[in-house]
Order: sequence, then C-alpha cells, then structure tokens
Amino acid sequence: MTEKRIPYISIENVTKVFGGYVALNEVSLEIHQGEVLCLLGDNGAGKSTLIKVLSGFHQPSSGIIRIEGREQPIRSPRDAADLGISTVHQFGGTFPLMTLERSFFVGREPTKGWGPFEVFDSKTAGEIVVREMQAMGITRVTDGKRLVGSLSGGERQVSAIARAVYFGAKVMILDEPTAALGVKEAAHVLRIVMEAKRRGLAVVLVTHNVTHAMTVGDHFAVLIHGAKAADFRRGEKTREEITDLMAGGEAMAELEAELESYRSSHDGHPPQR
Amino acid sequence: MSNLKNLTRRPEFAAFVGTLFVFLFFTYFGWPTFIKPLVTAGWLNVAAELGLIALPVSLVMIAGHLDLSVGSILAAGAMTYAIITGHFNLPDIIGLPAGLAVGTFFGFLNGLIVTKTKLNSFIVTLAMMFGLRGLVFGITRLTTSTVLVSVEVNETVRRTFGGRLYLTFENAIVLWVIIAIIVSWILYRTKYGNWIFALGGDETSARAAGVPVERVTIGLFMGSGFGSALLGITQVALFGSAQVSAGQSYVFFSIIAVVVGGVLLTGGYGSPVGVIFGTVTFAIVSQGIYSTGWDSDWSSLILGLLLLVAVLTNNTFRRLALSAGDKKTSEAKSTSRTSPAELKEAKRD
Ligand SMILES: Nc1ncnc2c1ncn2[C@@H]1O[C@H](COP(=O)(O)OP(=O)(O)OP(=O)(O)O)[C@@H](O)[C@H]1O
Ligand SMILES: [Mg+2]
Repeated sequence: MTEKRIPYISIENVTKVFGGYVALNEVSLEIHQGEVLCLLGDNGAGKSTLIKVLSGFHQPSSGIIRIEGREQPIRSPRDAADLGISTVHQFGGTFPLMTLERSFFVGREPTKGWGPFEVFDSKTAGEIVVREMQAMGITRVTDGKRLVGSLSGGERQVSAIARAVYFGAKVMILDEPTAALGVKEAAHVLRIVMEAKRRGLAVVLVTHNVTHAMTVGDHFAVLIHGAKAADFRRGEKTREEITDLMAGGEAMAELEAELESYRSSHDGHPPQR
Repeated sequence: MSNLKNLTRRPEFAAFVGTLFVFLFFTYFGWPTFIKPLVTAGWLNVAAELGLIALPVSLVMIAGHLDLSVGSILAAGAMTYAIITGHFNLPDIIGLPAGLAVGTFFGFLNGLIVTKTKLNSFIVTLAMMFGLRGLVFGITRLTTSTVLVSVEVNETVRRTFGGRLYLTFENAIVLWVIIAIIVSWILYRTKYGNWIFALGGDETSARAAGVPVERVTIGLFMGSGFGSALLGITQVALFGSAQVSAGQSYVFFSIIAVVVGGVLLTGGYGSPVGVIFGTVTFAIVSQGIYSTGWDSDWSSLILGLLLLVAVLTNNTFRRLALSAGDKKTSEAKSTSRTSPAELKEAKRD
C-alpha cells in the first residue's frame, strides 16, 4: 500500500561529480512523509553529498528531483527551506556562542516595531524556545539567554530538531545526529526522531550505527562509493546483512575469514583484546 | 552575587578591565599630566577617529572576516573629496558624498569578491589594500601631479567634521557616538545582528537557516568602507589636506582595538561596547605615554603585550561564558576538577 503513495521527495538518477570525482552515481530514492529513511554507508560513501543535494547546497550534475511528483530543482538552501526541507548538518546546525533564543530563530527572527526600529523580539523568542525545548523533554532549559555552547551535545541536537519541527518542516534531514553522543543522549535524540515521524514528518537519518538505524528506520538505503548498493524496508534484512553492506561487503568477509583462521590456529579461542 | 557573575561573563567585561588598568597605569606614571583636560582630549580624539573604523570593522570581524584595506580606502575617500573640492574646485555637496561613495564602493567590491570567489577575506582585502593604494597614487599623480592635495575646506563641512566641541575635543567624538549607536543598534536589536553572529559562528549553518550570507557579507564590508572614508574626510577637514599614503596605520590599529575589545578572531562573538573599551584602551596607551616622560616607543611594547593578553583572556572568557547558565552544577564544577567531557568540548572549539 505504501508503494502507491506519491513520495514527498523523489530523486531519479542523481549524479554529482566534483572535478572528475564521482561522489554520487545515478542514485534514485523516495522519501515519504511519516517515515524514517536511514541512509547508511562507509566514510566517504557520499551520504553528506546526497544530503547537500537535497538541501540545496549542491546542484546535481545530472538527474532530477521531484517534490510531490512534480519536477522541482532545489537551487539554494533558501529554496529547500521554502519546500519544507530542514537540514541539521554534520558537526553543525547550531551556534555555540549565541544565546539559545537567538540561535533558534536565526533567519526567522520574530520582530516588533517598524522600519529602522524593527527590533528582534527577544521576549517572544525566549518564551518560544523554552517552551519548545521543554516539549521535547529538555526540562533543564529554563532560560533562553543561555549560550548554546553550554548545552550538551544531545540537547543541541534536540534544539536543532525542535527548530525544524517548530518552523513546520515537512522533511527533516539529520546528518549523523547521534555520532558524538553518549547512550542516553542518543536514545533521547532517537525518541525525538520517532516523535517527528509520528507528527507526519519525513525523516532522513544518516548514521554509522546499525543499532540506531534499526531502532527507528522504516526504510534503508545503502551507499557504496557513491552508488546505491541496496534499498530495503524494515525487517527485510538482518542486522548482519546490514552491517555487511555498510562495510562494503568484502571488508567484513575478509575480517571474518581472518578471525576464522585465527580461531583454527589457536584451538578455537577468539583473539584476546 | 549572581548579577555580578553574569556581569563578569559579558563579552565586554575583560575589555573594561583592560581600559581601567591602562587608565590607572597612566594616571599613576603620568601624574599629574595625564589627567589634564588637554591630554584627555588627546586620547579621546584618537579613540574617536579610530572608532569610526574600528566599530564597523568589528562587525566584519564578528561575522568571521578581516578587512585589511581600511587604510587604502581611507586614502581613497579622502583623496576623492580633496581632488573634487580642492583641485577641481567643485562644491562640497558633490565632493563629500562622492568621497563617502567611493569608500563604500570599494567595501562593496571587497564583499563581492569575498562572496563570489569564496577566497579568504584576508587575501582579498590584502590585495585591495595594495591595489587600491596603487590606484590612488596613480590617479592622484595623473590629475594633480602631486601626492598631497590641499583643500580650502568649506566652512560648514570644516565645522561639522573638523570642528571642536570644547577646548581641543574634536567633533569626531560626536561622529563616533553616532556610529557607536548605529552599530550597537544593528548588532543587539535587529535581526541583522542575529545574522552577523550566525555568520561568524558557522557560515554553513547560517546559510542553511536561510541567512542571505552574500548580502550580509557585502553589507558589512560596505560599512567598513564607509567608516574608513568618513575618517578620511574628517581628517581632510581637520588638517586641510589629503595625502595618498594616509591611513595605513589604521589597518592594524583597528584590529588591535577590536580584539582588545573582546571580539574573537574566529568570529561569532563580541560586542560594540567591548570594542569601544578596546578603542579607548588603544588610545590611552598610544597617547598616555607622552605624559610619562618615557620614550614613546614603549607604547608599542605595551600594545603588543595587551594584544596578547587580550587574546588569551578572550579565550578564557569564552569558556566561562559557555559554562554559564548551568545553574545547578556550575558551583560544584568550579571547585572540582574539569570533567573529561568539558575538556573534550574545549579542545574541539
Ligand atoms: N565539495 C567537494 N569537492 C570535492 N570532493 C568532495 C566534496 N564534497 C565531498 N567530496 C568527496 O565526495 C566523497 C563523498 O563525501 P561525503 O562527505 O558525501 O561522504 P560521507 O558518506 O558523508 O562520509 P562520512 O561518513 O565520513 O561523513 C568523498 O570522497 C569526498 O572527498
Ligand atoms: Mg558525512
């Protein structure tokens, strides 16, 4: 039944070449609302590049992008924002040296007054940011004047997600949001991802962590050297198969063969750490 | 108590301490000359003139860029005004706006090149510094066959830009206050201020958030171009002549004032109030030295040391600021050892 739905975004045969280097090779994907798409792949596989194409930072060298079935190029981050695509980039998305209330509203400041006396409405901004953070379970935040940098990594991710949700994003793209987080914080971010999905957003989640992917993913795509190597739905593949794919297949097989030979030469004992 | 703590965490606090320190230092060693009104006017005038450039430059630096071309733009603005009014004897109503427009235009060009080529602003404005200097020399020689153009400055212009408020206190102080109000207004109260901080914090994220990065960058360079030309014209009004080689010292003076004022060299953090303190500190050191009876060369040593201390303090204060607001744990943390997570955080920044 999901097959018949029109995806919110679909990309067809998208290729991206950087000065002769093919970072994305004829990739096609569908991104549906109310679903979490996990983008998997080794370092340098092209995940961030794909995301940058979706968020208007890069133009594809060839291929087309459709929004709700209609062809629609995404020429700039502004374009992407207008189409409801909100991206939290790898290692970024927030401004550590800005106050939470300022950072939350960058590019969409609430203002009051008129003309040259149109001022940033700090009171409203502070109230909204505290309310939205509390709603996302970050109860420790009670003051919008706090610097973003004084939040934990997880809280920062949550604030970036809260921002996307607050501004009515239809698609939320997260580039390795759990990479630098501890177990508890990562779990909280994943809960927020599920909450965003429940609210009907399409979520694109890039991760190296198979457990995280399997916890929240409905749909998985694996990139290897810029090409889509696999595309499957929840439950169609086992954890081992996914891990295998992510490592590029051969690497994992090699490692297993190595372990096997080690075991046979050491009376079946696994190697000591 | 908590108010005091918040105060010490504001970006301008260290800059204020610096100003207080050099003020007391010269009051002591320059006693009683240093506190005389004429000496006060001396350093306040220097601060006001430098402030016309340092304030707009501080916005450029908070946005994560540098502007090394302020000196050449100062000369270009001054020369344009001087040639039009002094050499061609055209009215000031043409010469004055033309001088300011030329300065703003070269700022625009800086911004345009930085945003279009994505080259580092250090290199772009360095090229502008040399290129424009050559252009100003060439054009001035071609049109006037000299490198110094005298101007019979129009009475109104002379009184507004080059006049004295009281004793030897220059009108430039009023200009400085006006620019300070405008710059503070932009940075603290408008959405553009937010964009400037965001740009200096992380350009990619700012762009992703919908900040028109190109327009903001170009606008900021136009601001520093305008400020430079304004000072150039003010100096013509004060001295009655324009020189092609004028202004180059402001390149580093403005950076010193801004950094001593608490702006991070990497951008994303700082305040105009701090920059005002930084500018005053600079002026006190460079002028106060004359009240001490020491050789004036020593002021460079003091400025160099101050700059170094300022950069170190900025880093410390930034770390303090980042740990602020953690109300429940900050007390405990400050007494206990730094946690590994904090160390990691500090290193990553
Ligand atoms: N702007 C660029 N110019 C040239 N090459 C680029 C550019 N951006 C990415 N690449 C190259 O494209 C390839 C894919 O990079 P990408 O950042 O998309 O990988 P990734 O899958 O996100 O990796 P990681 O897991 O390490 O984040 C890399 O080899 C990278 O060097
Ligand atoms: Mg990446």
